[in-house]
Amino acid sequence: MSDSNSLEARNKRTLKKLTIWAVAMFGFAFAMVPFYNVICDITGLNGKTSSTANTEAPSRLVEDRKVVVEFITQNGTGMNGDFLPASRRVEVHPGEITLVNFYASNPKSSNIVTQSIPSVSPGEAARYLHKTQCFCFDQQTLAAGERKEMPMIFYLDPELPRHINTLTLSYTIFDVTDRVAGINNNTVLD
Amino acid sequence: MSTVAAAHDDHHHHAPTGLKRWLFSTNHKDIGTLYLWFSFAMFMAGGFMAMVIRAELLEPGMQFVDPEFFNQMTTVHGLTMVFGAVMPGFVGLANWMVPLMIGAPDMALPRMNNWSFWILPFAFTILLSSVLMSAFGAGHPSAPNFGWTFYAPLSTEYGPASTDLFILSVHMMGISSIMGAINVIVTVFNLRAPGMTLMKMPLFVWTWLITAFLLIAVMPVLAGAVTMVLTDRHFGTSFFSAAGGGDPVLFQHVFWFFGHPEVYIMILPAFGIISAIIPTFARKPLFGYASMVYATASIALLSFVVWAHHMFTVGMPLAGTLFFMYMTMLISVPTGVKVFNWVATMWRGSMTFELPMKWAIAFVILFTCGGLSGLMLAITPVDFQYHDTYFVVAHFHYVLVTGAVFSMFAAAYYWLPKWSGVMPSKLLGELHFWNSLISVNLLFFPMHFVGLAGMPRRYADYALQFADYNFWISIGGFWFGLSQLFFLALCLQCAMKKGEKAPAKPWDGAEGLEWEVPSPAPFHTFDTPPVVK
Repeated sequence: MSDSNSLEARNKRTLKKLTIWAVAMFGFAFAMVPFYNVICDITGLNGKTSSTANTEAPSRLVEDRKVVVEFITQNGTGMNGDFLPASRRVEVHPGEITLVNFYASNPKSSNIVTQSIPSVSPGEAARYLHKTQCFCFDQQTLAAGERKEMPMIFYLDPELPRHINTLTLSYTIFDVTDRVAGINNNTVLD
Repeated sequence: MSTVAAAHDDHHHHAPTGLKRWLFSTNHKDIGTLYLWFSFAMFMAGGFMAMVIRAELLEPGMQFVDPEFFNQMTTVHGLTMVFGAVMPGFVGLANWMVPLMIGAPDMALPRMNNWSFWILPFAFTILLSSVLMSAFGAGHPSAPNFGWTFYAPLSTEYGPASTDLFILSVHMMGISSIMGAINVIVTVFNLRAPGMTLMKMPLFVWTWLITAFLLIAVMPVLAGAVTMVLTDRHFGTSFFSAAGGGDPVLFQHVFWFFGHPEVYIMILPAFGIISAIIPTFARKPLFGYASMVYATASIALLSFVVWAHHMFTVGMPLAGTLFFMYMTMLISVPTGVKVFNWVATMWRGSMTFELPMKWAIAFVILFTCGGLSGLMLAITPVDFQYHDTYFVVAHFHYVLVTGAVFSMFAAAYYWLPKWSGVMPSKLLGELHFWNSLISVNLLFFPMHFVGLAGMPRRYADYALQFADYNFWISIGGFWFGLSQLFFLALCLQCAMKKGEKAPAKPWDGAEGLEWEVPSPAPFHTFDTPPVVK
């Protein structure tokens, strides 16, 4: 065929474009990760609270309003000790700075490093929950047999939407000792 | 739609024979045949796993398999059917029919075509070997058991060792489909016969072209998802691990960003098949050709903005659920256009009910049932009740079995004379159709009821109140499974050229270039491109 050269060239061009697209979409899958995190930061989607301390003082105290804050705790992978808040439920005014202690224990015979992960429900309340101090900001080391008191200080934003009367702050505590040691901790469970 | 003014030369037969013919084939017809047989083999393998599932659910309590193995069956059944039966089935049809329909001598990239097929048997050997090891191996190591959606952390922290086999096989399947899709696009863009403008292409070619674009857009995202699972499992990343700062819900977003376009990948080619068959047997041109093209394109575009309707219950903000609910409902508009166009094509047509037409009409009615339950699932507040119940199972089996699979049966009955040169047995065909039609409804329709009553999916056991329904569902399942043996027998007869010889155009109302070549289609067709007027 006389035009085989040009047809081959056209085929190659189309092939090249489509391959680039496929590779770009593979990259897009990974780009979804930071994109998702940004969306979560902005909207509080999935109840992610800020992972750094809030240094601003509350702008005002809303004395005519009370909001219930409940605390849920659970053990994640690798944890089997007690993990409890001092109080399961507090009533606070928006703008009121409150301290709640959490307790975690390590029944194992070796030191462990733990990381607690917060989550707020309803998710839209996450960006109105400001923590000035939290054990979840850093990894906490628990010595063998230790029972540790871990403080968390927070206040609710005075602008918390009116329809939110109760919010639940959940913590899951994970044993991240292997992760910290840079060892692959994904032992296969059979 | 199009007429041909060219003779076909059938002069050069230098095809290798025996095993080499199939292993080294670069011929679109041979590769199409390989794909179709592979798809049917996987349909039987996945079907066998469904039989295990239905045997266990025949009666309440545990009878045949332990719950752990049951989970492996539901997982690998789904994977085999989606990636092994439905997708390769449609790629096989595209290989056979797209070049014939657009007057091209072959696919544009024949060597890549060979490669994209031959990856598949290896991918599925890897995946299915994990099931064999689980059933017969020493210590019964678990096959993938987290559901075909492999949600984290089930597949990351709790995944069995075979998860790595699963990841490798999904990568291979993905590469295979991406190469298949690229081939279709290059063929359609560059190899159309002179005069075959885009808006003259048969709808099967159109729907496949759009499907191919969807495949290139989302299969790499699936590859990304399994790669993230792999690195989370072995290389210390924490994409989906909350302990390391990741988020398991992110997995669902990445997965369903692939997963929703994927369900249209499995149904758009079906729309093309039905749009070819109904005009033939109604003896009227397709009603609303252009609107069919635009509807297909709209469905494809909308498929990218509806993914979170699979995850209404993860705790999204209200605005998010509303957005995804409305977008999902919007898809019923272009889909409705298609259904109305098919009905309008039949309206006052001179209809006859040969086997392809029977399957096509069954498709239109039963796919619409699946579409309606989909619309119900799209409503956020009621989805909280339906989520992860048998209602969902009923919904997606109506669109995938009586939708995608029925359309492939319709396609097989329609084009088997062209592929094999003989007319398929009417007796076996009628037995296959009627047994399948009745049993498939016995199998899937009662699932709506048990689902609404609260029976959750993916469990090896159920509350006693669901016993009667499940008994009949299982009977329907075994019946449907056995009915497929009629089709196997029919295909074997055709492959052995037993039956009445087929003319070049066995259906008198059929249009299109594929009917201009003799039956069976010679090894090389359209060496000289036909001129389409």
